[in-house]
Amino acid sequence: MPTISQEYKTALRSVSVDLNNDVSLLIDIPDALCERDKVKFTVHTKTTLSVFQKPEFSVPRQHEDFIWLHDTLVETEEYAGLIIPPAPPKPDFESPREKMHKLGEGEATMTKEEYTKMKQELEAEYLAVFKKTVQVHEVFLQRLSSHPVLSKDRNFQIFLEYDQDLSVRRKNAKEMFGGFFKNMVKSADEVLISGVKEVDDFFEQEKTFLLDYSTKIKDSTTKAERMTRAHKNVADDYIHVAAILNSISAEENTALKKHLDKFSDMFEKLRKVEGRVASDQELKLTELLRYYTRDIQAAKDLLYRRARALADYENSNKALDKARLKSKDVAQAEDNQRQCMQKFEKLSESGKKELTSFKGRRVVAFRKNLVEMAELEIKHAKNSVSLLQGCIETLKNC
Amino acid sequence: MAASSERSPPPFPDAEDQESEPALRDEDSDEGADIFLGTVSRKPFSPPAAPHSAVFGDPLSNISKQESTSNPAKQSSKLPSDVPCDIFDPLHGTGMEPKDDGKNPAELRSEERPKDEPLSVASSKPKKDLFEDSPEDLFSELPKTKAKTKPQMDLFGDSSPDLFMDAKAAADTGPGRNAPADLFSEESVATTTSKSAKSNISANGVHSDEEEQDIFAEATVELSLDSPHNNRKTLDTTKPSEPASSLSAAAGSSKAQAKTLEELEEEESEDKFELNISITNPEKVGDGMNAYMAYKVSTQTTLPMFRSKTFTVRRRFSDFLGLYEKLSEKHSQNGYIVPPPPEKSLLGMTKVKVGKDDPSSGEFVERRRASLERYLQRVVCHPSLLQDPDVREFLEREELPRAVNTQALSGAGFLKMINKATDAVSKMTIKMNESDVWFEEKLQEVESEDQQLRKLHAVVDSLVSHRKELSVNTAVFAKSVAMLGSSEDNTALSRALSQLAELEDKIEQLHQEQAGNDFFVFTELLADYIRLLGAVRGSFDQRMKSWQRWQDAQTTLQKKREAEAKLLWANKPDKLQQAKDEIAEWEGKVTQYEREFERVSATVRKEVIRFEKEKARDFKKQIIKYLESLLQSQQQLIKYWEAFLPEAKAIA
Repeated sequence: MPTISQEYKTALRSVSVDLNNDVSLLIDIPDALCERDKVKFTVHTKTTLSVFQKPEFSVPRQHEDFIWLHDTLVETEEYAGLIIPPAPPKPDFESPREKMHKLGEGEATMTKEEYTKMKQELEAEYLAVFKKTVQVHEVFLQRLSSHPVLSKDRNFQIFLEYDQDLSVRRKNAKEMFGGFFKNMVKSADEVLISGVKEVDDFFEQEKTFLLDYSTKIKDSTTKAERMTRAHKNVADDYIHVAAILNSISAEENTALKKHLDKFSDMFEKLRKVEGRVASDQELKLTELLRYYTRDIQAAKDLLYRRARALADYENSNKALDKARLKSKDVAQAEDNQRQCMQKFEKLSESGKKELTSFKGRRVVAFRKNLVEMAELEIKHAKNSVSLLQGCIETLKNC
Repeated sequence: MAASSERSPPPFPDAEDQESEPALRDEDSDEGADIFLGTVSRKPFSPPAAPHSAVFGDPLSNISKQESTSNPAKQSSKLPSDVPCDIFDPLHGTGMEPKDDGKNPAELRSEERPKDEPLSVASSKPKKDLFEDSPEDLFSELPKTKAKTKPQMDLFGDSSPDLFMDAKAAADTGPGRNAPADLFSEESVATTTSKSAKSNISANGVHSDEEEQDIFAEATVELSLDSPHNNRKTLDTTKPSEPASSLSAAAGSSKAQAKTLEELEEEESEDKFELNISITNPEKVGDGMNAYMAYKVSTQTTLPMFRSKTFTVRRRFSDFLGLYEKLSEKHSQNGYIVPPPPEKSLLGMTKVKVGKDDPSSGEFVERRRASLERYLQRVVCHPSLLQDPDVREFLEREELPRAVNTQALSGAGFLKMINKATDAVSKMTIKMNESDVWFEEKLQEVESEDQQLRKLHAVVDSLVSHRKELSVNTAVFAKSVAMLGSSEDNTALSRALSQLAELEDKIEQLHQEQAGNDFFVFTELLADYIRLLGAVRGSFDQRMKSWQRWQDAQTTLQKKREAEAKLLWANKPDKLQQAKDEIAEWEGKVTQYEREFERVSATVRKEVIRFEKEKARDFKKQIIKYLESLLQSQQQLIKYWEAFLPEAKAIA
């Protein structure tokens, strides 16, 4: 079962969120263990905060624990004005597993060498998926820890510190359905409250922007996924070409042997480079887009909560008007109206802050990843060029 | 053979050595015998005549007519003791062979003469009569010589003067009096092409020189390229009669082989760059389903066989197929590897016919143009095929008669399919006990290579389609990113994203170009060679067929001999003569077929070596070309990303 070393992970860390490096609470996942469908993460915390009993501790956590943490945060009324960091996606080892299965079926049609290489390639892919999984979980915690409000959350602290299995109750069917129902209600509600007149230009703009951006980035993500997958296929084809060329050259005994050898060798080297290109694109570009698709959803959720609060506020205003008209329960209505107003104002205020910081974070992350990707692409292409030049040189001379 | 050599070590080695008659003589004599027997059986004997001209092309043969005239006699006298006696040892003493041999030279000459003089038919008769005598001499000598240890030489010494004299006398008396002299002088001058004499003499005066040389080369190769085994055989046969003749062969098979390889190489390098062919301007002619593509075939050459240095003709696809049909009919049975043309593609052509400016039909036309060009280049690269009048006609002649048999799925195609099926069946039934390891190994190599290339072709094909997919996906992504950029509210990021979209657009182009290169440089090369390997296997099949014919003839001969023995025993002299004639006929066939088999073997060998060299050259060229295309696209990639990098850094 693969475990990950710290150094590799830091090298791979791609989805950068603008984390303020507050040394008072440092979280990472140095290790993870994959058991069948379950992935067990070791969450390691180093802190100077007195809230925690020890300055350094590690606890075992599963993906479901992360989801529980996320859900409790979302449900906490107080945090309605915050962008809750998106929950990490469920570990998905299906695609590499399926490929591995397919490879096993096609074993007879391949040479041994070819098979071994394909297997290695798949194992690498599997490992990459695994690392990515660990990484998104880590990023989730790091975003919480770097958030001034969320880092103080009691549940979060329990999540970090409690050294037993959290054994959070898995959602049962009814709850799953309930969640689904809630989503339905939410979307219906979104439509309902969309009629509410926006009072703040900032939010009005944000709303149109986020709605538009969210569909665009979703689209880009799927397209980027397809592109990187196609690139991966090309790299995989190189393996087969190299293997068959190799077996042809093994049977050749003329002057051609040398050439075929070199040619096969070249493909073997190129496939590594191409494979890296594909996986780097996946990591720097697709993963970035994927992350921000989720993050934008979180921002949209914030907007929804605010819009909901706004609708409540307006309703309470109406109720107050009605109460005043009827001179009945005025105090109660006034109270309610004041609460709603307070809640809405608080939401608006923190929402504005959150959205502004989100924007900055996004731009920085895009910059970082695009620069890194360009640099990697250049590096790989240069690598290919020197490989190719060397190969052409030797071929011409022999 | 072994028997004969035991019996007959060379008697006058020194003298013979000094004479140093080329090994070709040997060829000559054997062929002569074939011819002779062929005439008796009233069979056409065009192929066996080939080496004659080679002999006559040999300067040595011109040294003295006497010598050369005497040659056939000598050869023939040698013949019985060599070839047939090997096979039919028990009958050796009967004296049948010497008789045949006695006839041989006569026939040889009489056969040769028709080429020059129509009178020969008449002349051959008296000659035959004359030779009826000489065989007697021969015959009477032969048993003696056999008793001795050096029969051939004795034969030569004793009987051939007689023979020769007889022949001279015949020549003197016959209407074709000067025939031998004429014959040789003429042949030394014009080096008449007796190989497939019919066509050459009638049509190609110009050609004959070329062809003659070719034959000559072929003959040399035949001897020296033979497998060690064969070589030994020829050595055995030649030694007793004329040790000198085997000089070239005696150099040792390996050496000889190396030499011929060099020769081949020279030959190749010589005719390289003397002929450049390009196919350009594919053009649609006509409308609807009768439309076809015409291609401009331009030739640039310094070869004297062409009338001018540059010329252009228009040809359509079926013309190329027609050319292949003609070449394959003529040459493949001799063991030549005739380059196959690209396959017909109903689908592709229909698209071209129907569609106007469909990019896929454009690609199809380009693909076909390129493969036709490669096909034609391969044909003219082949030294023997280049000499073919049909090739020349194809390149030069303004209007070509419409090739008929190539129409898709026509009756001819169906016939071809049936032929192929029967071939496959006979291939299964023929069990050739391969005497030559080289062929066995090569055939295996070719077969496994065919398999491997097919696999590689499939993989590269999927590489092409994956790369195309990548290119399409990149384009789609580029569009999507452009949209994303337009939605982005941060100006710098928006700009960077639209730059990224442009970049991906360019990369899409790169992928597409590379997919084209994958296809045209790599896949097509493999497809060509899969087709060519089919042709190589075909030449191996031809060799096997020829072997089978030889074996069949041997079996028949054996039967005839048994029949004769029975007749002898039953004392039926009336039928005996007929039986003897039949045996003679079949003996001739056996030798002829064996020769043919050896010739085909040698050709196949030569062709395979040529093919391998060409393959190595082709692959090397294409591999480098392919890698260069990859290199170029990577260099472009660097440029593109380097241009993008500052944009990404400018995001703030």
